[in-house]
Amino acid sequence: MPKGPLLLNAAAIQRALHRVAHEIAERNEDGTKVVLVGVQRGGIHLAQRLGDVLATIWGFPAPVGQLDVSMHRDDLDLRLAPEVHATKIPADINGKTVVLVDDVLFSGRTTRAAMDALNDFGRPKRIQLAVLIDRGHRELPIKPDFVGKNVPTATSERILVRLKEDGAEDAVYLEKT
Amino acid sequence: MNWNRRHLLDIQSLSADEITTVLDTALAFRAVGERAIKKVPALRGKTVINLFIEPSTRTRISFELAAHRLTADVINFTAEASSLKKGETLRDTARNLEALNADIIIIRHSATGAPHFLSRFLKASVINAGDGAHEHPTQALLDLFTIRDRKGKIAGLKVTILGDILYSRVARSNIWALLKMGAQVTLCGPATLVPRVFEQMGCRVTYNVEEAIADADIINLLRIQHERQRKSMFPSIGEYTSLFGLTKSRLAGAKPDALIMHPGPINRGVEIDSEVADGPRSLILNQVTNGLAIRMAALFLVSGGKGPQEVTA
Repeated sequence: MPKGPLLLNAAAIQRALHRVAHEIAERNEDGTKVVLVGVQRGGIHLAQRLGDVLATIWGFPAPVGQLDVSMHRDDLDLRLAPEVHATKIPADINGKTVVLVDDVLFSGRTTRAAMDALNDFGRPKRIQLAVLIDRGHRELPIKPDFVGKNVPTATSERILVRLKEDGAEDAVYLEKT
Repeated sequence: MNWNRRHLLDIQSLSADEITTVLDTALAFRAVGERAIKKVPALRGKTVINLFIEPSTRTRISFELAAHRLTADVINFTAEASSLKKGETLRDTARNLEALNADIIIIRHSATGAPHFLSRFLKASVINAGDGAHEHPTQALLDLFTIRDRKGKIAGLKVTILGDILYSRVARSNIWALLKMGAQVTLCGPATLVPRVFEQMGCRVTYNVEEAIADADIINLLRIQHERQRKSMFPSIGEYTSLFGLTKSRLAGAKPDALIMHPGPINRGVEIDSEVADGPRSLILNQVTNGLAIRMAALFLVSGGKGPQEVTA
């Protein structure tokens, strides 16, 4: 069981994603130039859900990919080797707008690694960042373009995102550790 | 996910979970090789040394390319061109390489246990690329990866290893790995090269090649190791071929979906016919491609540090 308060319930997560999808559509008038890329693992399902909403707005499906950044991180020798998941980029990203999607934005190091990893697949016209939760404490000059909810946290706390695709009920908790 | 080792020394000491971790990791690294840019920065700034005291081309090249694809710097060190010829001991050679701040030392040596010996006093990670007739762990891992890739599983499969078992480190590593993963292993070859003692490991031993391949899902052929045999272990190459060579007609007695593997280099017309080696059921070149992915995974996994596995966003 989560050891802390509920930040977002299922309805609040859905509302936040809906709003973020509309903001993405507002910022990117030509939907044919947008590729959504979820960052392993937390961003995969969120990217798919944003893609589903955007498809109803634009009237055509938006390509949704997934990106594993563990080969591009800068902390391999500080930790046990991470589990490496599949990377699938479903469309040519050259000249496109790539919207990176992640569940929680914290230090910004995952986003930095994700931008490096994307470069191996092409040269996007621009990269935008969408996150469900921005919890602060950035260690790099990285700023999200679309935020579901800003949550001020202490570094000792943890954000726990649970999604129904993983067999849980949609919920976001703040855990004290 | 289960890996917190600094070295990859043998298969015997790995758990089935650890073997699965290497195979899963290699799957992601194989995809890197299929991209336009076949390189990731995972080992940027690391120094990898190929310490090949026993000659090898394909394994050394595979490790070398794997290290390059991870952005490591690689130095090749071969016995012919080294101070080992001038009487330096293996310990001193390794200490000197470590003094150059090597992070990973990949060693091939004719003596069993040489990688284990180095791992006891080096701060660098050690990967065994073959020690005598003992083990060749990355070969077994790439063989299992190739099997799982094509058959979707390893547990429950019947795997026949055919050829020189006695002198083969590939056979020993494969037997350990296959048994740990739940496969059934049959060994076949001349009685002088396939001693019954292997039955104690849990393998079936037969000297009848038709029987050995009849119900096999995988037939893994091993080269006759002329260089490791101190005396002749069978009368002639011609006799070996007639009794144990995998010909098209012999293969007709195997299951229609049985697949053929060989660690290379192959001796066409000796242990395998060209028709079989180049046929649609041959996985020989898939093994080469997958070997690169397995070696990238091995280099990546031994480079992990000691902290918690979870990463911060």
